[in-house]
Amino acid sequence: MVEAVDAGWKDQLYDSIKALKISQVVYVPDAGHAKLIDRCLADPEIDCFPLVNEFESVGVCVGAWLGGRRSCVLMQSSGIGNAINALGLVHSTGAPFFAIATMRGEWGEFNGWQTPMGQSIPRMLEAANIVVNRAETPADVIPVTEASGRLAFNSYLPVFTLISQRATGAKVF
Amino acid sequence: MTTGSQNRLERRGAVHRLLAERSPDLLIVAGLGSAIWDAETAGETPLNFYLLGAMGSATPTALGLATAQPNKRVVALVGDAELAMGMWALATIGWRKPDNLSVVCLDNGRFGETGGQISHTGVNLDLAGVAAASGFQTVRRVNDDAGIDELRDLVMNGPGPVFGLVEITANMPPVQMPIRNGVIGMARFREALLGPEALKE
Repeated sequence: MVEAVDAGWKDQLYDSIKALKISQVVYVPDAGHAKLIDRCLADPEIDCFPLVNEFESVGVCVGAWLGGRRSCVLMQSSGIGNAINALGLVHSTGAPFFAIATMRGEWGEFNGWQTPMGQSIPRMLEAANIVVNRAETPADVIPVTEASGRLAFNSYLPVFTLISQRATGAKVF
Repeated sequence: MTTGSQNRLERRGAVHRLLAERSPDLLIVAGLGSAIWDAETAGETPLNFYLLGAMGSATPTALGLATAQPNKRVVALVGDAELAMGMWALATIGWRKPDNLSVVCLDNGRFGETGGQISHTGVNLDLAGVAAASGFQTVRRVNDDAGIDELRDLVMNGPGPVFGLVEITANMPPVQMPIRNGVIGMARFREALLGPEALKE
């Protein structure tokens, strides 16, 4: 089961993606992104496909920018470490990079295997000069995501929105 | 096994032949390291984008470019170790199936830039086999001029995604350093492809 949270943001995120003029959404899925992924896959104006590994996301998104397109990547915290090496591509080219990651391994986590990444990844991203904007509660998610997207695309920065387990609903067993 | 071929091509001549009479609709993403010198010596153009770092990212970058520009032809020009480091992208390309994308792998079976150590393709790894198993529409093993000529046609006309494994010798032709600054490389590529207004986005 999942802790009850107000997850209306899961429907609204799709509208945020559209408002940011993002036309490509790639993902390594997480349950917290499931609704957004379904809506993007159903939209013929969004090129939406899965990746094997978060490492690929940097190249795909930078390549899309190279071709004149805004893209974003959805992932979960346990895979962010896979992208860190490749994020040098963003720093070296000045391309925008926008990721929305759902957090595990923090708020009431039951699975300790999620905590090594969940507890350390915000500091790892900051050490790599990646902007980290956290959405701690359900009410934060939409404004933080939209502000993060605008920062990425208008100021040409790598930006992660980290959505807390307080917002996604921590699994409880 | 890619090591079993009788004949191997000299890399620079092979790349120059592949890019002969290059179409303005062809976009190239080249990765570390000698593939960049090979592309640069074939003719400097802003429509070559070079990754001098982020090893393993050249092929996913070409995928992002190909999906953003479906009316252009896009080539990822990569060495075997660069491709092996980002081998996941072959599976993703097979899922997305962009018909305008080609991955051309220059396979010498070595880590050429770091002292010529034997690489995975020099022992056990068959990247053309991986591409075929990943769902590439067209897969070719090339080790002679006729094969390069066919690959040039496939790059421009498909059906894609195309994978070309070009079996090359281990020689290391002279380095021709391109513009190394990635910010400049990206800006001039986008300006040439999208027009000057793109720089104001």
